[in-house]
Amino acid sequence: MFSYCSDPDALSGLSWLSCYLTTGKHMAFYRAFGTVLLLLAITAPTALAFGFFGARAARSRFAPLRWVGKIYISIVRGVPDIAFFLFFVIALDQAFEWLRHQVKCPDWNEPIRQGNDFVVCQIAKLPLGTAPQWVHETYGFFLAVLTFAIVFGAFAANILFGAMNTVPRAQIETAEAYGMNRKQAFWRVLVPQMWVYALPGLSNLWMVLIKATPLLFLLGVEDIVYWARELGGSKTARFTDYPHGDWRMWYFLALLVFYLGFTKISEMVLDRLMTRLTRGQATMGGEAQRKAAA
Amino acid sequence: MSCWDTIQAYGLRAVGIGERLLPRSDFTLCEQFTLIGSGMLWNIYFGFFALIAGFFFAVALALGKASRNTLLRKLAEWFIFVFRGSPLFIQIFFAYFAFVSLKSVSSIFDAFSAAWAGALVVLFLNTAAYSAQIFYGALLSIPKGDIEAADAYGMSGWTRFRRITFPTMMRLAWPSYTNEAIFLFHATTLVFFSGFPAFRQKGDALYYANYFADKTFNPFIPYPILAGYFILLTLVIIGVFGIVNRRLNRHLPQEKRQRMRLRPNLIR
Repeated sequence: MFSYCSDPDALSGLSWLSCYLTTGKHMAFYRAFGTVLLLLAITAPTALAFGFFGARAARSRFAPLRWVGKIYISIVRGVPDIAFFLFFVIALDQAFEWLRHQVKCPDWNEPIRQGNDFVVCQIAKLPLGTAPQWVHETYGFFLAVLTFAIVFGAFAANILFGAMNTVPRAQIETAEAYGMNRKQAFWRVLVPQMWVYALPGLSNLWMVLIKATPLLFLLGVEDIVYWARELGGSKTARFTDYPHGDWRMWYFLALLVFYLGFTKISEMVLDRLMTRLTRGQATMGGEAQRKAAA
Repeated sequence: MSCWDTIQAYGLRAVGIGERLLPRSDFTLCEQFTLIGSGMLWNIYFGFFALIAGFFFAVALALGKASRNTLLRKLAEWFIFVFRGSPLFIQIFFAYFAFVSLKSVSSIFDAFSAAWAGALVVLFLNTAAYSAQIFYGALLSIPKGDIEAADAYGMSGWTRFRRITFPTMMRLAWPSYTNEAIFLFHATTLVFFSGFPAFRQKGDALYYANYFADKTFNPFIPYPILAGYFILLTLVIIGVFGIVNRRLNRHLPQEKRQRMRLRPNLIR
């Protein structure tokens, strides 16, 4: 990166370190932090949407839909989520390929599961064998986002389901008295009010989501954990210009610090948001704020 | 091979007793049930010992965090923040590589670069931090009247702690602590997926489930088996903690007793 980096062997001390930390692979490492933030930015709203639909399904008046919602909420909570991460990535991949297979090769008559293999016709493969590298990476990332959204959607559904039930019944009754139908009462009265009740749970979920991002590594995405292992392992002078011993410990220390800082910042922002949202609410928190001001 | 033979060969495979080679092809349901079940031994081992050791440390940390001594308070606060604020996954990775580096310093650390000791230490510290936060919250919500009554009886110091503060703290914290215990058992599945190698393929339940899923490319059998085992384990934990909960609440009138409200499993 810097002009004096052309001959690493001649360098020492800080200048060596500045060159070492700006190699192409380290740049990929720094970009991986961007991947993590991108994952969070996409997953959080998606999971919230999944959660919203899950909660609506669990409240539905149509019994089978209600069961689906309830099962969705409860099953994810009884099982280690890492198992879900490992499960969904293969299961979703196979489900997509199977669907494409049904559509694109209707006259295929061999079984799809042949012993230990999962065989679909060539043009149903996802992504196609001829696709460029970035398509493969994007597809992997997409699967990861979907998996995160499904798992965290269940947690969010649980929280939103609770929040919807916490909104005082009288509010809905008032809406009915004004002649609103079920749908109107839901969208105009229930949804705007439920967020105050949902926020503590959702902010907790956000913290958990941050702390779940390293599991991306298990889903086969080249994330920060992958790069920390790659870059930290001992390097001999034969293969690199910057030989060093086993530094993985320090790389993971850096990741630890990154996460600590990230959670600390989130904590501060969420505290502010909570203070803002409780202002004027008829809750204990709102009452405390009123008394403090008076 | 009949199912009984399989159980004899692989029932204790996770701790290194029995058949050396894992099955390589033509996996039967019996093999999957047996091996994943034998892997559960590790999950139970990690969870059980980390929970017991963590309990005592957590009480100490909670008292430290509530202490008037600034140094003690700051130490406890930082410890809790570090372990609650970062992913357990990264903690285990870091600890593993730290132990590997320390191996060259002293041979004391040899054992810690193996999962049975190293991962146990991390899980112990982690659960201590999470439980300490729960106990701290409970400590702050002990009714003022209880402490005043203890003072009126002339209790102070150790006696008051042992007879009043501690039992009340436990009683208030117990439902959340049950969740934490369930958390911890679920978190034990991370051990062999981060750093710590499964020596001679002696892994935990998820390790074997993943092995089968990789070999058969069919996730629809091993993972539901794993899920079944974990749901069973969760039910056992709820049962055991429920008994303790009843005992902690036995002096209260029926309707005032604290019901267990379970919100298990958010990852750490």
